[in-house]
Amino acid sequence: MSDQSAAPARQEPQPIGEQTSPARWRLARANLLRRFAPLLGLLVTSIALSFLSPYFLTFDNLINIFRQSSVNALLALGQLLVIITAGIDLSVGSILGLSCVLLAMMLKAGVPWAVSVLAAIAIGITLGMANGLLLTKLRLPHPFIPTLGMMNVARGLAFVISGGFPISELPEGFRFWGAGTIAYIPVPVILIVVIYALFHIFLTRTTLGRDVYAIGGNKQAAMLSGIPVDRRLTMVYALSGGLAAVGAVVLAGRLNSGFPLAGDGAELDAIAAVIIGGASFFGGVGTVWGTLIGALIMGVLRNGLTLLNVSPNWQKVVIGAVIVAAVWIDVLRQRGKGKRRLFRK
Amino acid sequence: MATQDSEPLLRMEHITKSFSGVTVLDDVCFEVRPGEVHALIGENGAGKSTLMKIATGAYRADDGQIFWKDREVEIKSPHQAHQLGINIVHQELMLVPQLSVGENVFLGRHPAGRAFFRWVRWREIHGQSKSLLEDLGHRLDPRRLVGELSIAEQQLVEIARALAFRAELIIMDEPTSPLSEHETTRLFQTISGLKARGVSIVYISHRLKEIHEVADRVTVLRDGRHIVTRPVRDTSAADLVRHMVGREIGEQFSDRQSQATAEEALRVEGLTAGGKFSDINFAVRRGEIVGLAGLVGAGRTELVETLFGAGEAEAGRVFLDGKPITIRTPMDAVRHQLALVADDRKAKGLVLGASVRFNIALAASNKLARWRLFLNATREKELAGRLTRELRIKTPNIEQPVMYLSGGGQQKVVLAKWLSADSKVFILDEPTRGIDVGSKAEIYDLIRRLAQRGVAIILVSSELEEILHLADRILVMHRGRINGELSREDATEERIMQLATGGDIN
Repeated sequence: MSDQSAAPARQEPQPIGEQTSPARWRLARANLLRRFAPLLGLLVTSIALSFLSPYFLTFDNLINIFRQSSVNALLALGQLLVIITAGIDLSVGSILGLSCVLLAMMLKAGVPWAVSVLAAIAIGITLGMANGLLLTKLRLPHPFIPTLGMMNVARGLAFVISGGFPISELPEGFRFWGAGTIAYIPVPVILIVVIYALFHIFLTRTTLGRDVYAIGGNKQAAMLSGIPVDRRLTMVYALSGGLAAVGAVVLAGRLNSGFPLAGDGAELDAIAAVIIGGASFFGGVGTVWGTLIGALIMGVLRNGLTLLNVSPNWQKVVIGAVIVAAVWIDVLRQRGKGKRRLFRK
Repeated sequence: MATQDSEPLLRMEHITKSFSGVTVLDDVCFEVRPGEVHALIGENGAGKSTLMKIATGAYRADDGQIFWKDREVEIKSPHQAHQLGINIVHQELMLVPQLSVGENVFLGRHPAGRAFFRWVRWREIHGQSKSLLEDLGHRLDPRRLVGELSIAEQQLVEIARALAFRAELIIMDEPTSPLSEHETTRLFQTISGLKARGVSIVYISHRLKEIHEVADRVTVLRDGRHIVTRPVRDTSAADLVRHMVGREIGEQFSDRQSQATAEEALRVEGLTAGGKFSDINFAVRRGEIVGLAGLVGAGRTELVETLFGAGEAEAGRVFLDGKPITIRTPMDAVRHQLALVADDRKAKGLVLGASVRFNIALAASNKLARWRLFLNATREKELAGRLTRELRIKTPNIEQPVMYLSGGGQQKVVLAKWLSADSKVFILDEPTRGIDVGSKAEIYDLIRRLAQRGVAIILVSSELEEILHLADRILVMHRGRINGELSREDATEERIMQLATGGDIN
């Protein structure tokens, strides 16, 4: 018979939820945006500032930005781990403060600097681990609670132990870690590069890092797949505390002083850097690379606005707006996901 | 008692409803007379809940008419249903635990003054709710917080709430499933009290015994169709089971040969978890598929999750290959090469935002890694690629986030996850829920191949056909206990239903 009577070509049935090509495009675009939006933001800001200020794009100034960003970058790295697990660590600023004071006291007491530094880091890890254990063993409802507690406890102890006074004039050998340079490059900057590289490997190339993402992506599924969720969470908070103590070493070295107010409010800058760097408060998403960019964006904005004689008060306004804008992008992305899910049902 | 000739209070005619192309209700008629207790029964997914959601305005019918006291009405919202006098007492109680009994009874319409501030009249709230509860035959301090009450008392608060709305029809969705026997008896007293006041009740339940105790008439739904409505005294439990199941006996035996060996893989003795299940004893051999049947709420999911270390057991012992083992966490279970394909793959099985490869390696990343620490991307890719092909997971590539896969594809990823972990005992909880027919057949095939390879399988399913099709032996649970065991030869849908509804088989 004629062609017309032939059965229509058999079509492969489209499984429900198989994305159509526009959906795939949207996904690709969203991924691209997530990966490169922070970098794009950094470049645009830098280019704009280099036109606005002749001093901005000088070697000295760029190095300066890196150095100024280094403490925030260290805290942000710990915060990143925590935020990937869908948590938050409010205590990093205070842990920095307490380690800073104890470190300075040890140095003043004549303890060799290497021993003091290691002891300070051990203190940071211990305090962070306490956060993790409070969260997982006491089954506190949200990491906000133990870390808010620790934020007050550590800050209070820093004042009690120091009597409220800064402890200055630290030994020369120690100051190298905060104020020294190697071939014009500040030691903190080298430290940041090394530590960031290590954590990049940790998060992307080890089973521990894999577990961290799995817990943030779906805690229940991670647990039911045999991942030791409580142990991993404790590890994450311990690392965050440890990195805060490394921040204390850098800060004390740079300022030649250990003082109880060190790192006051720094936890919020760290959270801001992580979020600007594309991590999601919903957990499961975030990269070391993005967090570095996030910390640098904050450094560049502060530095550039200072060069332009913008008052610190107005700087706060700008940084606040940038944080909200960055999270708004995160929300848009989440909403896109939700739409697709609804669409499938 | 309801009179035969009284005008129906609610009449639903030719109700049709479908969700994205799947017909859930097909031309269903249903009526309730004043002062009548009308039982509505059917298998899981027969359409009972959907029909009642239409009556209470949560869903709207695609087609059909609803008459309330002989007047045609459109019920567009739960609010409108309340205004007519239709109320539902949900299976999951919809109360605010932080508020008092009285506040909950009057939630949303506290009697208040007319002054600018509209002060809440507390005395009125507490007085009225107290007398409503006393009418129901219970003394309950209206000032107590609902969160402190037992489930049975909370149910009572919901009923009082319905009466405060001047309800003439109360729908009770599986009201006795969380209750003890004593509480059940008291609920029946409450129900007869309501009847005496002229309130009609739609009683949804899986428990056929209760229906004979409490209901005047019964309606059976099956696969979204109305099967029969008749006075309860004219039916037997066996009749009702036959209507619910609908198919003839022995219709669908598959010719699959049992692969069960003599070697025992897993044995459970006296496993008990308070209120969820008690004194569970069974064993699975290598290559054997043991079906775990029962109605929703019988405690099957709780049992298998506890067995897997995700819930706390009060008593009981577990043996693997004849040796006693302790499973306190899912980690222990995975170490002993147990696998759990959980009932809700999105919530419990997958990291939805992560890739197919990530999810397949989720339970085995240690085994695949170098020195148990550094991920081995090459081996992961090989494994994920091989399993994706073997299980025919439809995905553009293994780096695709699993949230973009179909339900069947996602379930196959969950199975692949446990295959990569080399699991020896598979616990499958509703493995084909919400999956298209094609993938379903493929998953059945996979389950059989697993058994052939000597894997022991525990299969939890609410689909009787599925269990009859796959299982070598069937355990039937009822109210947290194993109520009976059927061999492959003896098993029929009717016998399973009989055991699942609390009866016994001759």
